[in-house]
Amino acid sequence: MTEESIEPEATPDGGQTGAYTVRLELADEPGELLDALQPIADNGGNLLSIFHERGNLTPRGRIPVEVDLECHPDQFETIVDALREAGMNVVQAGREEYGEELTVLLVGHVIDTDLSNTLERIQTQSAASVTDLALSAPEGTEDVSSARLRIATAADRTDDVLADVREVATEKDLHVIEPQLDRGDA
Amino acid sequence: MRLAVLGAGAVGRSVVELAGEYGHEVVAVADSSSAAIGANGAEPLDADTVLQRKEAEGVVGDADPDDALTAEYDALIEATPTTLGDAEPGFDHCETALQRDRDVVLANKGPVAERYADLRALEANSAGTVRFEATVGGAIPAICTIEDYGADTVEAVRGVLNGTANFVLTRMAAEGLGYEHVLAEAQDLGVAEADPSFDVDGTDAALKCVILANVLTGGEPEFSLDDAEVEGIRNVPGSALELATEEGQTVRLIGEATRDTVRVGPRLVPENGPLAVTGTRNIVQLDTGHAGRLNISGRGAGGPETATAVLADVGRLE
Repeated sequence: MTEESIEPEATPDGGQTGAYTVRLELADEPGELLDALQPIADNGGNLLSIFHERGNLTPRGRIPVEVDLECHPDQFETIVDALREAGMNVVQAGREEYGEELTVLLVGHVIDTDLSNTLERIQTQSAASVTDLALSAPEGTEDVSSARLRIATAADRTDDVLADVREVATEKDLHVIEPQLDRGDA
Repeated sequence: MRLAVLGAGAVGRSVVELAGEYGHEVVAVADSSSAAIGANGAEPLDADTVLQRKEAEGVVGDADPDDALTAEYDALIEATPTTLGDAEPGFDHCETALQRDRDVVLANKGPVAERYADLRALEANSAGTVRFEATVGGAIPAICTIEDYGADTVEAVRGVLNGTANFVLTRMAAEGLGYEHVLAEAQDLGVAEADPSFDVDGTDAALKCVILANVLTGGEPEFSLDDAEVEGIRNVPGSALELATEEGQTVRLIGEATRDTVRVGPRLVPENGPLAVTGTRNIVQLDTGHAGRLNISGRGAGGPETATAVLADVGRLE
């Protein structure tokens, strides 16, 4: 049997990508949203979601927009600076709060189906971070094995994360043993 | 009350045996090939005579099974094997009894899981009432608790609803044994059937959750097995249980019913939490709107256990 802990995938420069949230206030003018997103893409940010609260104006008569993105920590400041340079009103910018931890088991040909790709896809699709990984392959790595993933994510994203894990697993013919989430009081 | 018992498996036989203790009379008993009917279809049968004949000869009496349906009973006990799809012949039995304005108590899951709306429609046109406590969780009072609390105030029901699957997972985790090994052991002990697929593929647990979902919604929307997302335990290897145990968790086949979905599958649960019941034990967990969470655990299968739920239903009809 083999068992090991693997750190989440590191980027070439040694940093890790992280998920960040930027809150902007946009003028209610055509093209304003597109202009806001351009500096993010130009500086290597990967857009995860955009929450455009149209109809909900700030006291200054502007439209609040929440952008979730993923990038290297050192890119993030560049992106915020670029947004400000482009005339955007950045009201808040920071690392995503990961308030929830999920443990999930993956069963099947976990290793043969490109484990690092599996982890990467879970992280990028879900705006989540795989913080721990344990493997058990008593029959050898080419047979059925199990992986235990600890995934950190925002509390309101757990259902989305599990749906994404299921999607990736189905594609790779893996079985998911999900956590029984405690939504009520124990 | 005068009872007609259809089905002479473990549950039907236990109902025949225990009915007298609860103050009821059995006037007819039928298995798939024979029936015993009391004099004039209305006089009580001697339970010992019927049960001894079943054991010795494999039949309960000399009458035709269909004659049991026309006997003078107050409540029909439908304890024939669960069938899927059209749920026959169980559904027909219920129909006949309701058209005669008699009550129906089911231990057979088929009609309630697969044809809930049809069954309720028959009940609406009958003076008889349909009850089915025994279809979910054996001796555990799941359905009457939901009814007592008010189905509208219960948000979700989940639990461990199949003792065979739970026995297998418990043994695998405790002994570090593989699935096939433990399954063979369970078959030797009589905990698993020769064909265990109904239990280990999650079908049985799913039917119970479908019934619970129908109770929660009142049949609108109506659920059947096709609406359930079901995964069994065949694909849970020992290595998965080992990784779970390292984190103070374990794997259980959990079924969950809400007003929108029915899902059954292996789930990670805390090793010392309420859902991690061991062996053949079952648990039903209710999330209520005003009273938090309620856990009821107990024996989820077995003749006397399930007959207890049947006879509790009969008591509710009086």
